[in-house]
Amino acid sequence: MAKGEARVAEKLAVAEQRVVEQRLQREKVARDRAALGGLWSRRDVFGRFGWGVFAAFSGISLLAAVRSAFPRILFTPPTAFKAGPVSDFTVGEVNTKFQKDQRVWIVREDEGVYALFAKCTHLGCTPRWLTAENKFKCPCHGSGFYKTGINFEGPAPRPLERLRITKAEDGQLVIDKGVKYLFEKGEWDKPGAYLKV
Amino acid sequence: MSKWEELKQQIVDSPVWQSIFRHGYDDTPRNRVLMVSGNVFLHLHPSKVRRHATRLRFTWCMGGITFLMFLVTTVTGVYLMFYYRPTAEYAYADMKYLEFDMPFGMLMRNMHRWAAHGMVIAVWLHMFRVFLTGSYKPPREFNWVVGVLLLVLTLLLSFTGYLLPWDQLSIWAVTVGSNMGRATPVLGHEGPGHELIPGLNNVYDARAFLFGGGEIGPHTLLRFYILHCIFIPLVTSIFLAVHFWRIRRDGFSGPAL
Repeated sequence: MAKGEARVAEKLAVAEQRVVEQRLQREKVARDRAALGGLWSRRDVFGRFGWGVFAAFSGISLLAAVRSAFPRILFTPPTAFKAGPVSDFTVGEVNTKFQKDQRVWIVREDEGVYALFAKCTHLGCTPRWLTAENKFKCPCHGSGFYKTGINFEGPAPRPLERLRITKAEDGQLVIDKGVKYLFEKGEWDKPGAYLKV
Repeated sequence: MSKWEELKQQIVDSPVWQSIFRHGYDDTPRNRVLMVSGNVFLHLHPSKVRRHATRLRFTWCMGGITFLMFLVTTVTGVYLMFYYRPTAEYAYADMKYLEFDMPFGMLMRNMHRWAAHGMVIAVWLHMFRVFLTGSYKPPREFNWVVGVLLLVLTLLLSFTGYLLPWDQLSIWAVTVGSNMGRATPVLGHEGPGHELIPGLNNVYDARAFLFGGGEIGPHTLLRFYILHCIFIPLVTSIFLAVHFWRIRRDGFSGPAL
């Protein structure tokens, strides 16, 4: 195995030599730096300036690339719709006029009005409003919700979601399905979840 | 010397032949090493492989099969690209057309599909084998990490390809599969810590970055097509080269015979 041993010795010698060379190089750099007395050399100035510009340019380009991944115009139906004036809604009633087209119920109370998203929080079926029993009932698995949207029976894990409701300048109600208010996060107290009339 | 042998000798001695094949076919150890190390593709491999490293009982050849599947999907995929237009109006019809009306279209589409399935299966078995034989241990730990990245890229290739037939199955499968994107920490509008970035919503978050909108649409089809056909294969090829190269640098694992 003389050949193998020789090869190992050669490798060790190379490694040792490399350590020495690296140490010498580091010492040389340190000497040069000390000779400048804390000042930047011309090469330092241009080097740092150049790399700084390069980094800034790359960073801005990256941001631009990320931004360009979000189109300005989306060809999807608008999330908000107008539901007519408040006077269209009878106090104490659940209005199911927009259930088919917009999947929204509008509930009018004495003090105000709110919009519920007509999607069961269990598996996403559309519940029915049962006037006689004064509750929302899901036909799929029997989840039940009070008129407020709070769940009280069946497998639904959380209350129905409320949608943003505001009044437009022409007096009509505007309901934005893009903004949801979740009871369990305490969001029903936020302005927009309930419109005082 | 017969006429044919004379002709053959002339071709082999010609400058053109000599410039391409530099080492001749002499079956000597030195020549074999030269053949491998002088070839741009083969040089990623070690010029010499010990017999135990190629033993089927040890390797299962799963890495090789994965690579073969990658090559099959690449070749058949290029064929499919000639007939497929990644726009919402045409994608589904083109898929039907290339399957049922193109000569050999059904063969190409099915080869692409089954090779893709085979690649996913083989890559898992490859990982399993590497784990069982302990071949992930130092000095090969870096290559294990590269391998995990390749596994993720393989799954992403399958996932992006799933949308391209543009039928109900693919649209809803990708809808469900990408729901994770909404729950991305910080960057998804329903994920933990989404409050840290103001203005995150359905059309400005991690999933919208992938979809180009709040839901799957024409933008999504084009994006997935480009990711499937260009971006991910390119990245995968680079990592494949690194993967093969690391095998050479770290040496083959396996018990000595």
